[in-house]
Amino acid sequence: MSGSATHEPRQLLPALPLAALFLAAFVLPLIVLVFISLFRTPQFLELSPIQYVKFFRDQFSVTVLLETLLLGAEVAMLSLLLAYPIGLAYLGSGKIGRALITFLIILPLLTSSVVRTFAWIVILGRDGIVNSTMLTLGLWDSPARLLYTWGGLVVALTQIQLPLMALPVINSLLRLNPNLVKAAEGLGAGRFRIFFTVVLPLTVPGAIAGWLLVFAAAATAFITQTLVGGGRIVLMPSYIYQQAVGVQDWPFSAALSLIFTVAVIGIVFLVGTTSRRFARGIDAV
Amino acid sequence: MSNTRGHALALEGVGHAFGSTIALEDVSLSIAAAELIALLGPSGCGKTTMLQIIAGFLRPTKGEVLFDGNRVERIPANRRRIGMVFQNYALFPHLSVFENVAYGLRARKTSSAIVKTRVAEMLDLVQMGGFASRLPGQLSGGQQQRVALARALAIEPGLVLLDEPFSALDKNLRLDMQIEIKSLLKGYGVTSIMVTHDQEEALSMADRIVVLNKGRIEQIDAPDALYDRPASLFVNSFIGHANFLRGSVTADDCVRLAAGPEIRLAKSTQHCRGSAVVLSVRPENISLVDSNKPGAIPITVRATMPLGSVNVVEGVTPTGEAVKINQARLSSIAHARVGSGAWVAINDMTAVGVFSAPAETFSVNGAKEF
Ligand SMILES: Nc1ncnc2c1ncn2[C@@H]1O[C@H](COP(=O)(O)OP(=O)(O)OP(=O)(O)O)[C@@H](O)[C@H]1O
Ligand SMILES: [Mg+2]
Repeated sequence: MSGSATHEPRQLLPALPLAALFLAAFVLPLIVLVFISLFRTPQFLELSPIQYVKFFRDQFSVTVLLETLLLGAEVAMLSLLLAYPIGLAYLGSGKIGRALITFLIILPLLTSSVVRTFAWIVILGRDGIVNSTMLTLGLWDSPARLLYTWGGLVVALTQIQLPLMALPVINSLLRLNPNLVKAAEGLGAGRFRIFFTVVLPLTVPGAIAGWLLVFAAAATAFITQTLVGGGRIVLMPSYIYQQAVGVQDWPFSAALSLIFTVAVIGIVFLVGTTSRRFARGIDAV
Repeated sequence: MSNTRGHALALEGVGHAFGSTIALEDVSLSIAAAELIALLGPSGCGKTTMLQIIAGFLRPTKGEVLFDGNRVERIPANRRRIGMVFQNYALFPHLSVFENVAYGLRARKTSSAIVKTRVAEMLDLVQMGGFASRLPGQLSGGQQQRVALARALAIEPGLVLLDEPFSALDKNLRLDMQIEIKSLLKGYGVTSIMVTHDQEEALSMADRIVVLNKGRIEQIDAPDALYDRPASLFVNSFIGHANFLRGSVTADDCVRLAAGPEIRLAKSTQHCRGSAVVLSVRPENISLVDSNKPGAIPITVRATMPLGSVNVVEGVTPTGEAVKINQARLSSIAHARVGSGAWVAINDMTAVGVFSAPAETFSVNGAKEF
């Protein structure tokens, strides 16, 4: 990534509308949010950073934040584990196989996340597909609780966010020089060695991109978290919603939003920069 | 160091088709241990395909590959012990020079002490000892190539395959690397096959040259033999420069050239009387002469180029055949003025090739440009 950073002012002109939109739709609300979060009480009376102190003093709030980040990380990890077999299958397929895999990956993106979430409710529910199958087969004596559990939530979010991981991973795999794999094979390496010493390290950029996308998307997936997680699992998005709409404590929910945003962006930044150091030399593929 | 660590290699009736494209058709050849073979042919003639089949990356649609007389179809690529040098070297960009060379040893679970000494030994062999910790991206083309060769040789291969190993190097470096790699491979005593579409490279490096055309072997021979006694018009036009003169057979050992004179051949031809033939004459076997010499061919001079030790004269016969003459510097070429007429004659009739004329209107002089 050695693109020069010197741009003629005129070259930046086409980017202006986007910059304006970014300013109006992201930066301005953020400034408003910062402003709101600095009030002491929900009545907007007195300026003070008390909301932030309140957050970090409150064990419950901190736990909610950490669990939300953990959820994002778990979903991203699981997606990563699934994306490589899919990507390798794609690489090894002919034209028809590739078209089919692409279609299956794109398909979830074409349905709304509300629909996909309801599909998971049908699958995981007490009378859902999983329970009825296991009961019919006699493998379980009584229906297990799958919906409103952490595991169910991770699985559902993984399926919903998987395209964000699979596409960049496939893209990296396609850009991998096939002669490198042949070179490794010719030197005597078996499949696993080739994967872990050549394929994986050289597709790290795609994996990181996918990981970050899935992480951010899963951690902030309000609808899926709320519907599949139910009321039992409190995570940042629903916590913010509850504080803002239910309790009507705008300053605190603004502070929650900002802390959450900073935490997600911070992790994205951290993972992005540290992993780039691992990926040294890969540009030369 | 034993001097024949290489496998003897044989292909028997090997063919390969990609769908309906036939890349390789019924190729048979045998290569002795420690021989250096160049695989020469125009683009798309199946060179890479043949290499991939030998290496085990492609399974031939028919035929057998044998190492030391044993069939290898059941041996996967990662157990064939073949050192492969790829066109753009295919060094692992994320691994240091050391780790690149060590890769094959580690894959064979060699102890790390042995890996260390062996890699150092290989890097010294290719004079890259001081670069062990560099990444491939921090090396020049020639250095990368040396590392690629060290990596291939580190596994003590029975066979080294090089796919256009010099194509990414500039001309001066190419010559140096050709000499260096030839002596390395020879000194190492390994059987090697080098793909190239550069005939000079093949001529200067190989013990024997395999000329491939459209998936078939045209000729297998030593460089001299290939140059002096090409088996086909294709080989003749592909190896070195040749002038092609059309004519028809008038007697057992006589050909009347389209350009004018009747020429007596060194020995009688197998072509029957009246059949159309093409005579191939190397530029160094033809010279400017006086008009009264028997067999002299009239030309119009189009260009003269003083190229150091020789003067190259380019002319065209009345029938439009281009003629190139390499004239020794000493001889006078005063009468070869651009645009003027001149006469040329063949010096040595024994070095003239006689081929039956191709049926289609095949531009023999353009045959090198595929
Ligand atoms: N994977 C493939 N699928 C289909 N056709 C192929 C494939 N690889 C090669 N071919 C075809 O097989 C023929 C031989 O290809 P090959 O790569 O062996 O040529 P080559 O002699 O190495 O040429 P070059 O000098 O350009 O590298 C060509 O016609 C090519 O188009
Ligand atoms: Mg090739």
